[in-house]
Amino acid sequence: MAQPRILILRAPGTNCDAETAHAFRLAGGTPEVFHLNRFLESPQLAADYQVLCIPGGFSYGDDVAAGRIFGNQIRHHLADALREFREEGKLVLGICNGFQVLIKSGLLDTDDANGPAASLTWNESGRFIDRWVGLQTSGNRCVFLQGITELTLPNAHAEGKFVVRDEQSLMKFEQNGQLVLRYANVAGTVAPYNPNGAVADVAGMCDMTGRVFGLMPHPERFVDFTQHPQWTRRDDLGEGAGLAVFRNAVRYFS
Amino acid sequence: MLWEIDIHPLPGMPDRDAERVAVVAKELGIARSLTIHSARGFLLESDVLSANEAERLASELFTDGTVERSVVARVGDPTLVASPNGNSASLLQVLLKPGVMDPVAQSAEAAVRDFGYSLTALRTLRKYWVDGATDQQLAAISTRILANDAIEQTIAGPLSFDRLQVGSDYQFQLQTVPLKDLDDAGLMRLSREGQLYLQLAEMQTIHKHFAELGREPTDIELETLAQTWSEHCSHKTLAGRIAYRDERGERQFDNMLKETIFAATTELRKQWGDDDWCVSVFRDNAGIVRFNEEFNICFKVETHNHPSALEPYGGANTGVGGVIRDTMGTGMGAKPICNTDVFCFAPPDTPTNNLPPGVLNPKQVMRGVVSGVRDYGNRMGIPTVNGAVYFDPRYLGNPLVYCGNVGLIPADKSFKQVQPDDFIVSVGGRTGRDGIHGATFSSAELTHESESLSGGAVQIGNAVEEKKVLDVLLAIRDRELYSAITDCGAGGFSSAVGEMGEEIGAEVWLDRAPVKYAGLSYTEIWISEAQERMVLSVPPESWEELHALCAAEGVEATVIGKFAPTRRLVLKYGEQVVGDLAMDLLHKGRPPVIRSASYMPHEVQPLEMPTLGSNLTADLCRILGSYNVASKEWIIRQYDHEVQGGSVVKPLVGAELDGPSDAAVVRPVLDSRRGVVIACGMNPRYGDLDTYHMAASAIDEAIRNCVAVGADPSRIALLDNFCWGDCEKSETLGSLVRAALACHDLSLVLETPFISGKDSLNNEFSFVDSTGKKQTIAIPPSLLISAMGQIDDVSQAVTMDLKHSDSLLYLVGESKDELGGSHFALIHELDGGQVPKVDPKVAKQTFAALHNAIKKGFVCACHDLSEGGLAVAAAEMCFAGGIGAAIELAKVPTREPLSPVKLLFSESNTRILCEVRPEHADEFEKKLLGVSHACVGRTQAEPRLRIAEKQEGSPWINGELATLKKAWKEPLAW
Repeated sequence: MAQPRILILRAPGTNCDAETAHAFRLAGGTPEVFHLNRFLESPQLAADYQVLCIPGGFSYGDDVAAGRIFGNQIRHHLADALREFREEGKLVLGICNGFQVLIKSGLLDTDDANGPAASLTWNESGRFIDRWVGLQTSGNRCVFLQGITELTLPNAHAEGKFVVRDEQSLMKFEQNGQLVLRYANVAGTVAPYNPNGAVADVAGMCDMTGRVFGLMPHPERFVDFTQHPQWTRRDDLGEGAGLAVFRNAVRYFS
Repeated sequence: MLWEIDIHPLPGMPDRDAERVAVVAKELGIARSLTIHSARGFLLESDVLSANEAERLASELFTDGTVERSVVARVGDPTLVASPNGNSASLLQVLLKPGVMDPVAQSAEAAVRDFGYSLTALRTLRKYWVDGATDQQLAAISTRILANDAIEQTIAGPLSFDRLQVGSDYQFQLQTVPLKDLDDAGLMRLSREGQLYLQLAEMQTIHKHFAELGREPTDIELETLAQTWSEHCSHKTLAGRIAYRDERGERQFDNMLKETIFAATTELRKQWGDDDWCVSVFRDNAGIVRFNEEFNICFKVETHNHPSALEPYGGANTGVGGVIRDTMGTGMGAKPICNTDVFCFAPPDTPTNNLPPGVLNPKQVMRGVVSGVRDYGNRMGIPTVNGAVYFDPRYLGNPLVYCGNVGLIPADKSFKQVQPDDFIVSVGGRTGRDGIHGATFSSAELTHESESLSGGAVQIGNAVEEKKVLDVLLAIRDRELYSAITDCGAGGFSSAVGEMGEEIGAEVWLDRAPVKYAGLSYTEIWISEAQERMVLSVPPESWEELHALCAAEGVEATVIGKFAPTRRLVLKYGEQVVGDLAMDLLHKGRPPVIRSASYMPHEVQPLEMPTLGSNLTADLCRILGSYNVASKEWIIRQYDHEVQGGSVVKPLVGAELDGPSDAAVVRPVLDSRRGVVIACGMNPRYGDLDTYHMAASAIDEAIRNCVAVGADPSRIALLDNFCWGDCEKSETLGSLVRAALACHDLSLVLETPFISGKDSLNNEFSFVDSTGKKQTIAIPPSLLISAMGQIDDVSQAVTMDLKHSDSLLYLVGESKDELGGSHFALIHELDGGQVPKVDPKVAKQTFAALHNAIKKGFVCACHDLSEGGLAVAAAEMCFAGGIGAAIELAKVPTREPLSPVKLLFSESNTRILCEVRPEHADEFEKKLLGVSHACVGRTQAEPRLRIAEKQEGSPWINGELATLKKAWKEPLAW
């Protein structure tokens, strides 16, 4: 397949769709941005795409809880379409608000008999924080993180603290190799390395197949060297480290 | 049936709202320590919702079971009131007043319907169980912390209602206002009591007009005139006739702004001829200039001072929303690409026990304003990239909130033209009773009664509604489905339709406007300033397509009239004509405001120098820690400054990502390297000495901030925002005219055109003090200069943090004896001294030379000298880069010998400190030929700033970077 097609879903309040499309384009994909209403009307649209991405923003204003209303819409109306999408071997990426939506929609395999066992909630500071963070990957389950060991990316959220219902759930996600991206002390980053109090420093997780991935940091905000907060201090004048995430998605279909 | 679903934190989880209330209660001296438990609640009114369904909603929609638990019951059930801790705590419940925007309720209502459940209404509430407080303490907590009376109410104990609906059906009745028999006193009483805030000459003009027509005006006609003629909408004072007198003599202005600031722009555009890069200035919602072949950029800064004084969160929130709509309503609609926000507050440590009645605690004001800006800007997906905060006790009753927005617009979409017989289409939010009288209210001085008088002028925004409008708007713009657009701001439909129809005429069908709830009168619909609405002029043949596109994204679009070519404004409710005014009366009928203005410069008093030791490091730390200079990281990090992906120079830079940038650089087109540079300049302290030099300094500062990051000084556009006291006072207006004269003079020489501006007058607060005397606090003259520069290639941008430990430090620009209004004077409480002046010819040459050096890559760090002068700039560069420096004062370029204090702390303009690699020194110096500059020191690995007369001499400043940085970071690290 030459250029995989990427469906970028925007809901009321989504606001990172344009730069996410730009990142996929730089990576060699063919992105299209669709309004959620259109997808709700015709979920079969997904058949034409290889990657579905829910970008960052404030879907429905983060009202009630970040990602909750969009996540419920998926549970109520799109669960079958997305299950099918995943079973066909396709990819789903949720960035920031997209991660909040994915985790609240159950698509990251976090539900069990007692309901959702993981969530994203208010930062320990109780505030929205925009800050660059260091990240390390673990395991090789996640398609999007192949070949990446560490990177720096910006975080920008209020409700990004990863939490679990109980210790067993954490162990289960750990054993399943789902906790694939963690905050870490990476060269060039500044303490506190875990910016929001996330349990086990989790910054991103994938589902059991490794093809559905959600992360709080914004890889689409680091696809060019001038986006790095210290680019005037560095000699690194190439592409940004975040682009690799999008390249992995595109490469998966080539 | 009224269900309530309460959401509590699970045991062991943080209860942040409760913690916040306890902290503020302590700050305000209400109670030293309180045990508080909080919960969020949702009230659901439905005749059919079952208990199981309510439980399902609680667990699947409202509660996050990993961190929260819920209580579900019908209102009236004791479980909703009982203290979760089992103690005897008192319950306080806070609800928004009926009709106040509640975005969470709107979203939640739709989300409940998505479950297939039917619902009549939904409201949110907050609950607090406070243990161990007296009744008096509870009352203080209610009124001073929990609820702002302008928008919220507190209920102590259980809720006493079982229905939520607001509004009742409206019975049409045409209202006329008897004017005929009123004398001057009667007219003025009507003006005041009807909240028209018109002046006597204006009331007399209206009186005469209707007498000639032989009828009385209707209420809506009078309101329309008051809105259109308000200071907010017509800027009648500054665009009016002014007789000005200063030390150089007298000058008569027919239109002061036009003859000063606009005139300079007009002159520059004439000089430039074919190279004119201005596109649209002082006519649209924002000024537009050329960016590249394909796009133009526009910039507008608004103020939202009076609403922010009454309700800081809502005022700032809707201030941001409003200026974004200015961008959306510029030309055929621009895409907002970044925000800038500047605030003026009383110091946050102002004692709270003796505040005048009606004044909110400055710390609370600051928290509220920052949250309001954050919540709107972040939700809109617009990066907030630049700003500043100034503190002065005189902002106590009148905090200032300046909100700016930059937009990107296709070059061929920069102009609009309403076509006759186009539909008038309202797009976006519904009209409610909120925001009535915001436009005329801003013409009035604030008093402690303002809150009760003008509660309706205070609103909460709904950012996601505006984001929806923005998304669909850009799509319909590109399909060319409308011929003109403007925003609904102050004055609501009245101003928007009145302005758009000025040349043609308009007929408005008020009963068709979608309303939030029943019961609005035709006049309320017409003048409501409900947020998130745009007005479009749509050719009838495009209407269906436009309507369908809006509907597909859940955005309401409604035809509310047509631009009928009658040159009249005809307002109808059903078949009934409720208003009929000639457009000429509205737009040309206002009698000119005639004012006198005078300015007498103060004699310069010499600065009485305090006795100083031989070590000024402590002075430097005090200046670094003064509120104006101190790090604003607490604010900056709450704003998303990187959304849209174009961030190049961020507000915080350096080795530890905490150094203060001079300006922001943003790349609005992601596949281009061309950048927009945003900066500002302001210094109210200089205005106390001379407003001419204050304005000149602010302009120099805004420009040098842009140049310091790499902007091309020949492509910088400026905005003016005048916030002043009561301009009916001749001296107050005189100080403003004097500042406008400086804007004219500097703009012309520096070739930096003003492209847009705004004023907010009457920023005075009156109250009766404890001895029964009337006191008035006027703000200091507060001119904000915002600058929008451009940079050919963002990869040539420079940041202010030192990069290497073996570089040379060059000081560009001349240092003078200018400690007047300085921060050195501030920390020592000194009056007098010479105010910093600007030599615009020298400034122009300096900026051009420096830009050439930066463009060639000869400058690796660059920081402007402003508050605190050389010592502060050097300290900031050092601790931002984690690199030390040794500086010799003997080498600082001056025309006459200056004392060490002056060399260190003088705030002379047009100065920039540069880090230059030794191998580039010769070429750097060549670029700066003819411009005052000198190598004044070197960087070093040792993390220390050392400033001495000569290298071997004993140092005046000798501080470890960690100490200096701590002094700078701590004061506002909340």
